[in-house]
Amino acid sequence: MNAINKEPERQEIEALLPWHAAGTLSRRDADRVEQALAGDRELARRYDLVREELAETIHLNETLGAPSARAMEKLFAAIDAEQARSPRRQRSFDFAGRISEFLASLTPRALAWSATAAAVAILLQAAVIAAIVVKEGAPSGPSLASAPSEGSFAVVRFAPQATANDITKFLGAYKATLVEGPLNMGGQLYRIRLSETKLPKDEVGKIVRQMQEESQIIGFIAAKE
Amino acid sequence: MQSTSDEVLIGRIANGDRLAMQVLYARHHVRVFRFVVRLVRDEATAEDLISEVFLDVWRQAGRFEGRSAVSTWMLAIARFKALSALRRRPDQELDEETAGAIEDPSDDPAAVLEKKDKSAMLRKCLTGLSAEHREIIDLVYYHEKSVEEVAEIVGIPENTVKTRMFYARKRLAELVKAAGIDRGWP
Repeated sequence: MNAINKEPERQEIEALLPWHAAGTLSRRDADRVEQALAGDRELARRYDLVREELAETIHLNETLGAPSARAMEKLFAAIDAEQARSPRRQRSFDFAGRISEFLASLTPRALAWSATAAAVAILLQAAVIAAIVVKEGAPSGPSLASAPSEGSFAVVRFAPQATANDITKFLGAYKATLVEGPLNMGGQLYRIRLSETKLPKDEVGKIVRQMQEESQIIGFIAAKE
Repeated sequence: MQSTSDEVLIGRIANGDRLAMQVLYARHHVRVFRFVVRLVRDEATAEDLISEVFLDVWRQAGRFEGRSAVSTWMLAIARFKALSALRRRPDQELDEETAGAIEDPSDDPAAVLEKKDKSAMLRKCLTGLSAEHREIIDLVYYHEKSVEEVAEIVGIPENTVKTRMFYARKRLAELVKAAGIDRGWP
């Protein structure tokens, strides 16, 4: 048995069990929990308790019924009254909104087909990534001198169709940080930190492989010493 | 066929599209209602509140920045409305609710029968939790919100989310134990 010997680590994993049961952990955290469950029978028993709670919470909520039509009638009566009082939001031609809606509706293949749209997307993405880099803690802007050297890193090129939201969510899910970039003039390469501490090579490789699978967001990724 | 995303609907609502509002309402009203009714424990109040929640969505759609999921944003509005309604409730009513929440389920003769059914007892004890504990259990287990999303809805740090969830589960285990079922934890 490879039960988790370090109590703080076990507590940390145990705290994540409800989210693991609900399927709302990042892939990385879910893997950590799965690994711990496989080697710790007591933790696995506690996980069964969590799953019981999850099932009964869903059951309880599903018995609560739904609101009557009165709630909807009241809402739309209020909306109609507001529109009658101030027709402030009559339909107008929202160019930016329509463009964004149009881009959102395109499949990656269709997006790739349109060179203009792709160019716009890449330009927007570059601006957004720059904003993320600045937000992530490089107040003077991305630069080699200010980039952190401690930890484990990878070099990445994001897929052209990945939106700002996708990239932010992706980094958040892996608890990764964008620390530097673009590293070259044309390639749109960025350096991301996978962990603040130096991870073993095989673990870095595992994370990189997992990230590579997210082809909607990642165009290219490689571990970087 | 791909349905229109919530974010796109919000964009249309911001532009005054009543039909988009109907779609968004149809998609989310039941879950928002259940979240609210679990907090205020009164269906009529919950119905009034969800009308207010969606009216706020209609009014504030233009200010939605898309930093979180639309459902997360709506649950945060719903929570604020529910807590405001609870604060307006007379003290006596709140005292009765608190007493109900901490009542030992084993005092209830019907509960003796329920002991045979662990699932039913668990559900009974879930209703006996405090509002704070009920909401976090529901957000995680029923509304499938991540640690980050719960933190945003409740307005607390992520570590506090994990701690609060742990104590909510611990309290649940205590209530179940008091009802005669020892689950062996904590």
